[in-house]
Amino acid sequence: MTQLGFYVDTAKCTGCKTCQLSCKDENNLKVGVNWRRVYEYGGGDWMQNADGTYEQNVFAYYTSISCNHCAQPACTKACPTGAMHKREKDGLVVVDGDVCVGCRYCEMACPYGAPQFDAEKKVMTKCDGCYDRVEQGKMPICIESCPLRALEFGPIDELRAKYGTEADIAPLPDSSLTLPSLVMKASRYAKPSGDRTGRIINTREV
Amino acid sequence: MKKLLDSALSSIVKRRTFMKWGTAAGGAAVVAGNALPLKAIAAESSSEKKSEEKVTWTACMVNCGSRCPLQVHTKDGVITHVESDNRGDDVYGDHQIRACLRGRSIKQRVYNPDRLKYPMKRVGKRGEGRFERISWDEALDTIAKQLKYTIDTYGNDAIYYQYGSGTQGYKTDGPFAGKRLLNLIGGYLPYYGNYSWGQIQFALPFTYGGGRPAAYGSFTSEIANAELLVMFGYNPAETRMSGGGEIYEHTNAVNSKNVRTIIIDPRYTDTMLGKESEWIPIRPGTDAAMVEAMAWVLIKENMVDEAFLERFCVGYDEKTLPASAPKNGHYKAHILGQGPDGIEKTPEWAATITGIPAKKIIQLAREIGSAKPAYIIQGTGIQRQANGEQASRAICMLPILTGNIGLAGTNTGEMPGNYGFPVKTLPVGNNPIKTAIPFFKWTDAIHRHHEMTDKTDGLQGGTHLKNPIKFIWQYAGNITINQHSDINRTKEILSDESKCEFILVFENHMTPTARFADILLPDITTIENYEVASNGYSSGSLGAVIPLVPAIEPMYECRSAYDICSGIAQRFGLEEQYTEGKTHEEWVAELYELMRKEQPQVPTLEDLRRDGPYTQPAPESIRIALKDFRSNPNKHPLGTPSGKIEIYSEKLATIAAEWELPEGDVVTPIPQYVTTWESHLDPLTEKYPLQLIGFHTKGRVHSTYHNVALLREAVTDAVWMNPADADARGIKDGDMLKVWNDRGETRIPAKVSPRIMPGVAALAEGAWYTPGKDGVDRGGSFNVLTTHRSTPLSKGNPMHTNLVEIAKA
Repeated sequence: MTQLGFYVDTAKCTGCKTCQLSCKDENNLKVGVNWRRVYEYGGGDWMQNADGTYEQNVFAYYTSISCNHCAQPACTKACPTGAMHKREKDGLVVVDGDVCVGCRYCEMACPYGAPQFDAEKKVMTKCDGCYDRVEQGKMPICIESCPLRALEFGPIDELRAKYGTEADIAPLPDSSLTLPSLVMKASRYAKPSGDRTGRIINTREV
Repeated sequence: MKKLLDSALSSIVKRRTFMKWGTAAGGAAVVAGNALPLKAIAAESSSEKKSEEKVTWTACMVNCGSRCPLQVHTKDGVITHVESDNRGDDVYGDHQIRACLRGRSIKQRVYNPDRLKYPMKRVGKRGEGRFERISWDEALDTIAKQLKYTIDTYGNDAIYYQYGSGTQGYKTDGPFAGKRLLNLIGGYLPYYGNYSWGQIQFALPFTYGGGRPAAYGSFTSEIANAELLVMFGYNPAETRMSGGGEIYEHTNAVNSKNVRTIIIDPRYTDTMLGKESEWIPIRPGTDAAMVEAMAWVLIKENMVDEAFLERFCVGYDEKTLPASAPKNGHYKAHILGQGPDGIEKTPEWAATITGIPAKKIIQLAREIGSAKPAYIIQGTGIQRQANGEQASRAICMLPILTGNIGLAGTNTGEMPGNYGFPVKTLPVGNNPIKTAIPFFKWTDAIHRHHEMTDKTDGLQGGTHLKNPIKFIWQYAGNITINQHSDINRTKEILSDESKCEFILVFENHMTPTARFADILLPDITTIENYEVASNGYSSGSLGAVIPLVPAIEPMYECRSAYDICSGIAQRFGLEEQYTEGKTHEEWVAELYELMRKEQPQVPTLEDLRRDGPYTQPAPESIRIALKDFRSNPNKHPLGTPSGKIEIYSEKLATIAAEWELPEGDVVTPIPQYVTTWESHLDPLTEKYPLQLIGFHTKGRVHSTYHNVALLREAVTDAVWMNPADADARGIKDGDMLKVWNDRGETRIPAKVSPRIMPGVAALAEGAWYTPGKDGVDRGGSFNVLTTHRSTPLSKGNPMHTNLVEIAKA
């Protein structure tokens, strides 16, 4: 089986969210349903000198995350109906909307926030890796839309051969939990998963 | 069909449940070019016999400076989704021009519950937002009658063509269509300058001369040849977001040689995020003080390029000071404390003003003094300040003092240069009205035109205004209410219908400005129109010719400005002169062929429309600003009176002597720091202790795209506050706040973040003004807090100079 996955270069990313919006346009997603989310992570302190001037050590960066189509997905394990399943042929994790009963266990189980509940249809939805586009030889829409060319998609073995195995950057969880099909490039200020020196700054946007 | 429209409109309907499906489907019936009654449409579409999928090239046409191609996918005449430029191998230098999140969400702008559907006339008081549907005939009759009345009663100079940039990049429609008509009927009162760059474009020609695009320096691609990059407020990640334009070129250039990058800005912007080597936070309005202290270090440590200054510049020291200047009127004397103010511009002096430690100023000065070449650039937020003209000229002193001008890897301190592919425009004729007002002074021209002169209010081409503005022509702009300063005062001026008697608005959506229209016309969106556009004014070194083909038929009763103006011309008996017998599409085709005669490498119009934009990289010869001047100043003098770089401008000395300036406004022949009104040193800080600056949010382009719910969700509006300022006020992240000063108040949630300097708050401009019953804005609209007071020299918009207080609402 080929396992497909994503590469996210947080050093190139400017947090513009074009990936998030191109996904929403392609997949007709409503407000509140975000198959791709862009987390703003930052921190640092300010200090005022006696003459009124300032010193600081502020940092920030963004991580654009959709579904990591994990090798050991937490969502499929939590799913009582089998609606959430991992495809044999490409390792993409997708949900069968006709089978899903909308219990939202997958949403609670996923440490990446990938399953996104459609409140109108009362079923779970999520990033499907644009498998229909991929089958036509195209890239997922988010990849093709990235203005900074910070996203890539393909067989995760190839991405790891090219970029390494980094996937533990805050605010993402420890990758040992689900073995995500994700490779990241760290920005200069990237902090490791579990970091407590910063926080997610854009809580209302993700 | 119904199913398609359901999905197209799915996320909108939730917002406006009162919008009936029948209305939406009715629009779609027109879209499909079908006049059948609704039931028949439903019956036909339910069988879904025909399913025609189409991909159409068009573009995102808004005022970000880029012009991103879009491929609009439609099914049975309804937009399903969009793609951008995905052609070829995307090799940098000949790369794809990728749209950002705004262009990607254009479907939501086209199928939007705010879309205007038919012409309307105001009922009730102006600005109340109550309208009545009228026919196109009644609308055009009313407009023609009001134009004739205005011309007969006052004169053509009482008709004002107002700034507007909501639809940017038309070459044969929109503003061109309107001006062509107004010129045919005797002209209109024009403006000069613009809300984006009013101060810098007015100021820098005094330094570098006219005869070149004002304030455009070297291309960002030159950064790759620099040893040091210094950016004052330049923030392409949030202002130049196209994946084919400045931000993409900028990051490629910086990364290619790992160029050391220092960014000076009150906000830790998205251009940084670790891409910078160093961030230097600075108090708004104090950049000129920082520059002067660095000049002091450069002079004291013998790091100025004396040979360059003597050969290429005027007024650095006594050697090149013009004879008309006072003794010690030169720059060096000013910096060393030998000028009129007697203040030595030491790093310690600047530290208390700027908030930057003196040692940091010294370090940066030494870096600039020793790095060859250095690329020094400014963004244009700096010049949108109370004395933005001084600040923009001051920053240019750093490359001038160090001789970083006209060489590979340098910039003049101006904004980046950009390639513009020369696409032909609809001829607009000549405007016989020669006196022009500054873009920012139109409210003054409504209520105090008799006081305005060339020396008080910056009139150009004349000394007085004969008439006040009686008729506002507003095409695709939200200036009338939302994007001009001091909304409450503007409303007061416009509410007196005896002053400005008529406001005509062309719009796609019911904007705050549209609500102030007397006649409101529904313009088609650019997705419904033909055009051939150029690449824009900030799209880097990749020029482009971009086809626009209607992806869908015009919705509802919407018409193009060209068709509307043809109808008005007909009522003046001038239709033949206006159209010259041509439809809009025929003009597009004819002007395209004219361009191809001069640019034979461009494909045929048919091929362009099928294959998508034609791109062409800028020639290497135009990428370095002032290259010719540097190589041979005698053969290629600048457009200044001396032909040299004028650090001391005799023209400005004359203006300083002759103009009548309000108290506190300062114009000087050399660039210098001025402590202004509503700076952090104004005694008003006792009442309003925070400096409030605006910024450009990624979630819209000025006020365009604001009414797209998906964008409001993705980039939420909030006022940025440093944790220190928030804690002092008991404010937590997400709290609803009131932000106010003597001009107005707005309500907006808090974004408590270390990414903003203490003492400074930041709010994205462009959110739509939404007053509650108490008159207080609930929309987070920045301009309820800004002032009508203009800058000293260009009489422009000082929108980032505001003192406010903030508290929990």
